[in-house]
Amino acid sequence: MADGRELGRRLRDRDLTAASGALNLIESRAHDAREQAGALLAEVSPSKLGGEAPAHIVGVTGPPGVGKSSLLSRLVKHWRSQDRTVAVLAVDPSSRRSGGSLLGDRARIETDPKDRGVFIRSTAAGSRLGGLAPATRAAADALAAAFDLVVIETVGVGQSETEIADAADTVAVVIQPASGDVLQFLKAGIMEIPDVLVLTKTDLGAVATRAMADVRAALLALGASSTEVCAVSSVPPAIGIEELARALDAHRARLDLPERRRQARRRHALENYVVEHGEQGLRALGGRLQAERWLNDQDPDLSVPDLERALTDRAESRG
Amino acid sequence: MPEPPSHRLPEPDRPWMMRTYAGHSDARRSNELYRKNLEKGQTGLSIAFDLPTQTGYDPDHELAKGEVGKVGVSIAHKGDMDTLLDGIPLDQMNTSMTINATAAWLLALYIVAAQNQGIPDQELQGTTQNDILKEYLSRGTYAFPPGPSMRLIADTIAYTVEHVPKWNPINICSYHLQEAGATPVQEIAFTMSNAIAVLDAVKQRVPQELMGSVFGRISFFVNAGVRFIEEHAKLRAMAVLWDELGRERYGVEDEKHRRFRYGVQVNSLGLTEAQPENNVYRIAVEALAVTLGRNARARAIQLPAWNEALGLPRPWDQQWSLRLQQILAYETDLLEYPDIFEGSKVMDGLVAELLEGARTEMHRVAELGGAVEAVDYMKGALVESHRKRWQRIESGDQIAVGMNKFTSTEPSPLTAGADGGILVVDPEVEAERTRAVRAWRAERDQAAVDAALAQLANTARNDHENIMPATIAAARAGATTGEWAQTLREAFGEYRAPTGVGEAVAAGSEDLAEVREEVERISEALGRRLKFLVGKPGLDGHSNGAEQIAVRARDAGMDVVYEGIRLTPSQIATSAAQEGVHIVGLSILSGSHRELIPAVMEALREAGAEDVPVVVGGIIPEADAASLREAGIAAVYTPKDWNLNGMMRDIISLVAERHGVQSAVGA
Repeated sequence: MADGRELGRRLRDRDLTAASGALNLIESRAHDAREQAGALLAEVSPSKLGGEAPAHIVGVTGPPGVGKSSLLSRLVKHWRSQDRTVAVLAVDPSSRRSGGSLLGDRARIETDPKDRGVFIRSTAAGSRLGGLAPATRAAADALAAAFDLVVIETVGVGQSETEIADAADTVAVVIQPASGDVLQFLKAGIMEIPDVLVLTKTDLGAVATRAMADVRAALLALGASSTEVCAVSSVPPAIGIEELARALDAHRARLDLPERRRQARRRHALENYVVEHGEQGLRALGGRLQAERWLNDQDPDLSVPDLERALTDRAESRG
Repeated sequence: MPEPPSHRLPEPDRPWMMRTYAGHSDARRSNELYRKNLEKGQTGLSIAFDLPTQTGYDPDHELAKGEVGKVGVSIAHKGDMDTLLDGIPLDQMNTSMTINATAAWLLALYIVAAQNQGIPDQELQGTTQNDILKEYLSRGTYAFPPGPSMRLIADTIAYTVEHVPKWNPINICSYHLQEAGATPVQEIAFTMSNAIAVLDAVKQRVPQELMGSVFGRISFFVNAGVRFIEEHAKLRAMAVLWDELGRERYGVEDEKHRRFRYGVQVNSLGLTEAQPENNVYRIAVEALAVTLGRNARARAIQLPAWNEALGLPRPWDQQWSLRLQQILAYETDLLEYPDIFEGSKVMDGLVAELLEGARTEMHRVAELGGAVEAVDYMKGALVESHRKRWQRIESGDQIAVGMNKFTSTEPSPLTAGADGGILVVDPEVEAERTRAVRAWRAERDQAAVDAALAQLANTARNDHENIMPATIAAARAGATTGEWAQTLREAFGEYRAPTGVGEAVAAGSEDLAEVREEVERISEALGRRLKFLVGKPGLDGHSNGAEQIAVRARDAGMDVVYEGIRLTPSQIATSAAQEGVHIVGLSILSGSHRELIPAVMEALREAGAEDVPVVVGGIIPEADAASLREAGIAAVYTPKDWNLNGMMRDIISLVAERHGVQSAVGA
C-alpha cells in the first residue's frame, strides 16, 4: 500500500511524478487505501499548505462533438508555452452494465508525451449519468497542490456543469454553432449560467457569426452580462485561444477563491456523508439545513475527509 | 459463318490482369523481385509500399522506427522511384500502387520516373488506390483530416482525367471493409456511399462535360470471402448500383462509362494460422467468387499467399498464388462461356436481397450527411459486425476448419524450414535507408527543393488550386516523401480517426459472465476497477484486432484506455504511467515487433511503470515469441489465439498475480 502522507508531501513540494500514485489511492475504495487517501488529502489541505492550493481549477463541459478535446489540445499547448504545468482529469461519460468502460478522451488531446509538465488521467463517470466520477473532486483537490492548472473535462449539458461548479473555480461551457438546445437549457434554467461560454468552430463563417449573436442575445436576456463569451477555432490556424486563456485567468482574479473553495469543500463533505449514511444519517445531524450551518462554523481550512469525519462524529455524539 | 450457340462465346475472353502485391526493403531489391515476377507470367505490377512511405515519413523519422522496408518498399524520392522501375517499360506496364494519403505524391514520382524514361504522361496505365475514407474506417494509413484529404483525391482525379487519361486515379475499396468485419450489405453500401462522396467532391472541381470520363475512370478494389456464391452476388449487386448511380445521380449517358470495373485481392481475414496449408483451398474458392460469372468478373486479380497469418510471404509463396490464377485462366474452361448465372433464380434472389439491404444502409449514411460525415457511424457499425463474427467463431456457430473444429493435425512440413516458412526483412535495411536518405538530402539542389516546397505550401493553402502541378514540381526538384507530407501536415493539420469502439454494443454470453465476475472480484480486491491499456505502437494501422480486444475487455468489466493507432513507445509509456493501468496490451501486425516492443519496454522503465505487466498480440513468428518472453513480455498471442475470453482470463490472472491477489481463472 502506497504511503498517502508521503505522496501528499510530494505533491505539496510540486513533485508532478507523484500525481499518478496519488490518484491510484484516491480512486481506490479499499478500506486501507481510503485511510491513506485521507492522509494524503490532509497533507494538501489549506491548513498544511498555508492557504488555498495554488492551481486554477477549470471545469470544461459541453455536449459531445463540440470540439472540447481539440480546444483542450490548443489550450494545453498555450499554457505550456507560458511554462504553466497542466493536469487534465477527463471524465468519460460511458457507463455500462458490465461496469467496464472505454476511456477514449485521452486520445483526442494532443500533447508531447515527453513533456512531464502535462498530466492526463481519464476516469469513468461510473453509475451517475453525466456526473463526475466520485473521486474526481478529491483528485482535483490533490492535484491543485502541485500543478498550475487542473482541468476537469466532462461531457453533457444540464446536471454535469452544476456538479462541476462544485469542483472547479471557473466553469467554461463549450458549444458549437447551431447548439440551440444549449441556449434553451440556459433560458429555461435547466443549466446554470457558466463563468465563460466558449463558441467553437468559428471558422464556419456566417453560421458562426449568427451563432455568436444568438449567444450574446440569450445571455443579455438572462441578465448574465458578466459571462464572458469567447469565439475559438481549433483548426489551423487556431484562433481565440489566447483570449480564452485570458478570460479564464480574469475570472479567477475576480473570484473570492478561498470562499468558493471552502463552500465547495463543505458541500462535497456533506454529499459524501449522505452517500455513506443516507437520509437517516442526515436526520441524525438535525437535517440538511442544520448540518450546513454547523459546517459553516468549522475550521475553514479542513480537508473534505476531515470534514466528513467531523460530521460522522457529530452524528454519533448527537445520537 | 454460322452464329455461335448462345451458351458459348465466339472466342474465349482474354484473361484478367494478373498481379502479385509485392515489394519490400528498398527499391533495388524490389526491382529485382518485380522483374522475376514478370518473368513468371505476371501481367501487371502491384507495388506494396512500407508504412512510412504510406503515411508520409522519411526512413529517418522517429515514427518510422522498426517499419522501414517491412510491409513494402521504402520510397523516399524520385531517385528511389527510378531504381524501382528500372528496366520496366512503363509504356507497356500496368501498375497498381497501394497508396492513399500520399497517393498524389507517389503518382507524381511515377510520372517523373516515366518522363525520365522518355514516356509521355498520356501513355501511363495503372491505378493509385487513393481511397482515404476506408483508411479512417479500417486500414489506418491516413495523414490529413477528411476535408483536405478529399480535396487531394479530387485533385488527382481532375488532373489525371485531363493529363494522364489512361490512369485510374482512385480505387474505391470495399476490400478493407470486409477485413474490418463488414457484412456483404455493409460492404456494398459503405463502398457506394464512399464513391458518392468522392464523386460529389470531384464534381466541384471539373466541368460537367468531363463527369462522364471521371465516372468511367473510377474503379473499385473489392474483397471476396469464402462464402463464394453470396460473394459473387455481392459483385453483381455493386454493378447494378454503380450503373444506377451513374445514370441517375451524375447523368452519365455513355453505358461504357457506367461499367463496374474492379480489381480484387481475396480475403485475408479468414486465413488461419492453424494448419495454414488449408488457406490454399480458401484462396482458390474465393478466386472463383470473382471469376465465375462473366457479368461481374474482376479486371485484375492478386491473391494472398497461404502463409499471410504467419508473417510476410516469400517470393515462392507468392509464385504459388500466381500459379493458381494461371491455372484458372489458362487450364480451365472458365473464359469460354457467357455469364453462367444469367437466369439463375438463386443468383437473382441473392442480388435482390443484397440490393435491398444496401439501399437501406446507403440511405442511412446519406441521412447522416454522406460518407465523410458518417465515418463515426460506419466505423462503429464495422467494429460491431466484427465483434459478432468473432463471437460466432468463439461459440462454434461459425466453423473455421483447423481452427475451431477438426483441429487435430500432423506436423506441417511447410513450416518446418529454417526460415519458419516466412520472409524476414534484413534488419540492416532501416540503417541503410536512413543513411541513403540523408545522403540524398545532402547532395541535391537545396534551393530548388525549398522553392518547390514553398510553392507547394502556397498551393495547399489555396483550396481552388490543383495540388498536382506543385507536387510534380517538388518531386522533380528532389524533395522527399516526408518533406512533401510535412508541408501538407502544416497546411492542413493532423488528424486522428475515430476508434469506433465506443459505439459497439455490449456482448453477453455465459462464458463472459464468468469472466466478468472475476473482474469484479479482482477489482474489489485491488480497490479500484481493473484498468487495461490497449496500445498500437508504430505506423501499423490494422486496428481491427486491438479494437476487438478493447471492446471485449470493456464488456468484461474493465476500464479500458484505448487511444487508437500510430503511437510512439513514449506515448504508450506515458499513458500507462499517468493512467495508472494494471496491465498493458500491445498489438502489432506489421512485423516490426522486434524493434518496437523493446522500445516500449524501455520507455515504460523510463516512465517508472516497469512493474506493469505487458502482453503482446499480432502476427508474430514463434521464434520471435520466445525472445519476447525472454525480454519480459508476460504473454504473446498470435492469430491462433482466437478465444478472446481466454485472453481476458489470462489478463485477469496476470494482474492478480502481480498484485498478490488470488485468481480463480486463467493460466
